Amino acid sequence: MSDSPVWADATLAAALFAVDPAGLGGVALRAPAGPVREQWLALLRGLLGQAVAQRRLPLHIRDDRLLGGLDLTATLQAGRPVAQRGLLAEIDGGVLLVAMAERLPAGTAARLAAVLDRGEVVVERDGVAQRHATRFGVVALDEGIADDEQMPAALLDRLALHLNLGEVAPRDAVAIDLEGALSQLAVARAVLPRVSLPDAPLQALCAAALALGVASLRPVLLAARLARAHAALFGREEVEADDAAVAARLVLAPRASLLPPEPEPQTEPEPEPEENPEPEPPPEPEPPADAPPPPEGEAESEPPEPELPEGALDDVILQAALAALPPGTLARLKAEQAAQMAGRAAGKAGAVQKTGQRGRPAGVRRGEPRGALRLNVIETLRAAAPWQKLRRQAVGAVAVAGERPAYTRIEVRAEDFHVSHFKQRRETTTIFAVDASGSAALARLAEAKGAVELLLADCYVRRDRVAVIAFRGRTAELLLPPTRSLVRAKRALAGLPGGGGTPLATAIDAAALLADSIRRRGDTPVVVLLTDGRGNVALDGSAGRARAEDDALAAARRLRLTGAAVLLIDTSPRPHAQAARLAAEMRAAYLPLPQAGPQALSQVVRATSVAAAAARG
Amino acid sequence: MSFTFPFSAIVGQDEMKLAILIAAVDPTVGGVLVFGDRGTGKSTAVRGLAALLPKMRVTVGCRYHCDPAGGGSACDQCAALKGGLNSKPVKSELIPVPVVDLPLGATEDRVVGALDLERALSQGIKAFEPGLLARANRGFLYIDEVNLLEDHLVDLLIDVAVSGENVVEREGLSVRHPARFVLVGSGNPEEGELRPQLLDRFGLSVEVKTPTDLPSRIEVVRRRDAYERDPAAFTGSWHAEDERIRRRIVAARKRLADVTVPDAALESAARLCMKLGTDGLRGELTLMRAARALAALDGLAEVDDVLLKRIAAPALRHRLRRNPLDDSGSTARVDRAVAELFV
Repeated sequence: MSDSPVWADATLAAALFAVDPAGLGGVALRAPAGPVREQWLALLRGLLGQAVAQRRLPLHIRDDRLLGGLDLTATLQAGRPVAQRGLLAEIDGGVLLVAMAERLPAGTAARLAAVLDRGEVVVERDGVAQRHATRFGVVALDEGIADDEQMPAALLDRLALHLNLGEVAPRDAVAIDLEGALSQLAVARAVLPRVSLPDAPLQALCAAALALGVASLRPVLLAARLARAHAALFGREEVEADDAAVAARLVLAPRASLLPPEPEPQTEPEPEPEENPEPEPPPEPEPPADAPPPPEGEAESEPPEPELPEGALDDVILQAALAALPPGTLARLKAEQAAQMAGRAAGKAGAVQKTGQRGRPAGVRRGEPRGALRLNVIETLRAAAPWQKLRRQAVGAVAVAGERPAYTRIEVRAEDFHVSHFKQRRETTTIFAVDASGSAALARLAEAKGAVELLLADCYVRRDRVAVIAFRGRTAELLLPPTRSLVRAKRALAGLPGGGGTPLATAIDAAALLADSIRRRGDTPVVVLLTDGRGNVALDGSAGRARAEDDALAAARRLRLTGAAVLLIDTSPRPHAQAARLAAEMRAAYLPLPQAGPQALSQVVRATSVAAAAARG
Repeated sequence: MSFTFPFSAIVGQDEMKLAILIAAVDPTVGGVLVFGDRGTGKSTAVRGLAALLPKMRVTVGCRYHCDPAGGGSACDQCAALKGGLNSKPVKSELIPVPVVDLPLGATEDRVVGALDLERALSQGIKAFEPGLLARANRGFLYIDEVNLLEDHLVDLLIDVAVSGENVVEREGLSVRHPARFVLVGSGNPEEGELRPQLLDRFGLSVEVKTPTDLPSRIEVVRRRDAYERDPAAFTGSWHAEDERIRRRIVAARKRLADVTVPDAALESAARLCMKLGTDGLRGELTLMRAARALAALDGLAEVDDVLLKRIAAPALRHRLRRNPLDDSGSTARVDRAVAELFV
């Protein structure tokens, strides 16, 4: 028996997934590659057994392989278009393994989500029009480490189980007795279609989801299905409080975005506690290894089920979900609630968009398949088709007397070639690092904010993304992760308070880190630093102008090494040598604010980002 | 046979359902764009529409479902039939209104139509194989995830939606056929912004959000769960409600021609658009047509300010020039203008 409750939950999750892979959508597993993850995957493979096919999804799979298209060999042999099914149609009834899910392109995630929703693949491409019914489960392996490396939200929303094995030690990842588990699973799969879900647990799950701030209704539906699977796993034909509690813990708790309000009974002076008996926390569900004896008929050894008054069931479920939240989450959620960030711009709501626009189809044109251009078979065949009669005559496909020529080869000439063009869109993300310290606030914060807003308008026109880092006191804070939403950017800036010291070195390092992560995703970063250049808080948080300035210059050198285009806007009332020196160290364009009107400002930023984009090629 | 979730079983989302009904009553309004978070049932509503629409009359054997009554937009074969010396009455039949899905990953040749490769290779004849646009003629074209649609397909759709005709010039084919359809799209604004040219093609736009009150949420989950357990039974139980809505649409279509639009209403509409600064005149046209369709649906004889107020937000919220520095959402701006104008 493992000491780690996280591992125990993960084991239970694997078993529940094996009961109903397609119905639960799938599992999103966040763990670095290593022994713990391998152990879990081995466990899952064992539980799924031989009957369930498992295939891996290549990360940059093309549409014709994913959805379906033309079977090239068969087409050329038969002389007429022969379709072939794609991966999603082939995996009907099986499990799809998506490795490195945090790098999955948005387009692929959207296609996967569409097929999961409809239960069928609709193919309308390359001369093929087909529909294949297909239902499968998805296991998405997320290897992201930083907070902003997440799977595409469209896919994440459709997977019931979210597991995080990052903190589990290898010695806690114990195996289970497969024999017993497999027999229990077989029984569960047989029982599953008969399991009924009464209204009370359903209402409790809805209430819990609302209390935890889970906005979408899809997780609630998935939680209902998980409760059914759980009941089936333990041989019951009706969902009970226990099953709903587990469902809330496994499905709803990982998606919680706010803390539920404090429960009332503490403040009620009336004899409420008698009517609302403090419900026992639901018993820790045992891992499938020790299969509990299935209850015989009605007699069950459970806490007073039918006497639970209204609302107590909801509390039970909610408590179960809360108990599953990792310890730091509560503090973090409280802090976020307390902060006056309008629109929760500081949170990671809304997944970071993977560009994935690498390789978006942009039409088919005549041309030779040279270099990186791909031959588009179907269009080439269409171009060649009208000429077949003439060409066959020219080639001399003459019928020998008494013999029927089975001449089905298609004569293709160079002028028939058509190639697919793909568009590679390189996006620019502009990072604004705004100095909100006391010195800046006194002088120019309002003007700096105004300048930033004009630059935002520019970014909107160019459809760039913006991110905002604000620094004051001792820290630099990412107010706004990269987003295209101008409204959020403006809101993040509006709520920015001023005051405190100037932690310049910390800010430059934060900007460099963000620029690096943007570049890793394939975008072009541009850093715009608005400051007066007079740092007075060093990297370790201690005050002292001399050390702060040294740290700032060192950080500037590190920023230069990232190769991002940098623009330093000097917001001091009179141009100061300090800021100019900093800019030189960063190899940044230097622009003093007093001399720059809004037009000049936006022009310089535009020129900087164009130059940066050109340099990247 | 697969059962779609019944339209009348959708909980709440009144604005979206109204917009879809208006588009069904009067196709010239121009289609509906449904924007919202994931999990709000956008696709569900649009697919439920297909089951709701009354059947339409088409010429037998026509690939493009031409109207036997003519109306000017017939394909070449049907036009030839009508103008023939014999002038026999054309045979017609009733078929369900086509609601065609434009799936993700669709390529241009399947959308526009292309050379029938099989016939070309085996028999050596050049024949046109119609695509999705042909199938959608006189019906609806539904685009899921409008933001993810590829640019060259977007250009194509805009072009065809404007002219009402699909012109195919490829692989030695030269074909022209009618392609009048109502564009319905759904999307998630978080995934990216739409080009203004495409946005303008849609007559009405609605925003949907998941309900925030507990009873509605429970009801949504309850119905969805029941549907998934037994689609046939669930669809059957809502059949009567769907029938009611269908009769309402049919009655509204009959009444549509008789609804009058007084000058006062025209003036209010123009004032509203001027106040909001909408680009072009399409805003007023859509507003008038939508208000007229709404009047027909409600059984009223003429358009008045009350109707204009109800339909202003869906008709205009996506036509406002974006001021990037303005904090308020488009809906709020429209509501504000409406409140100020129609005191």
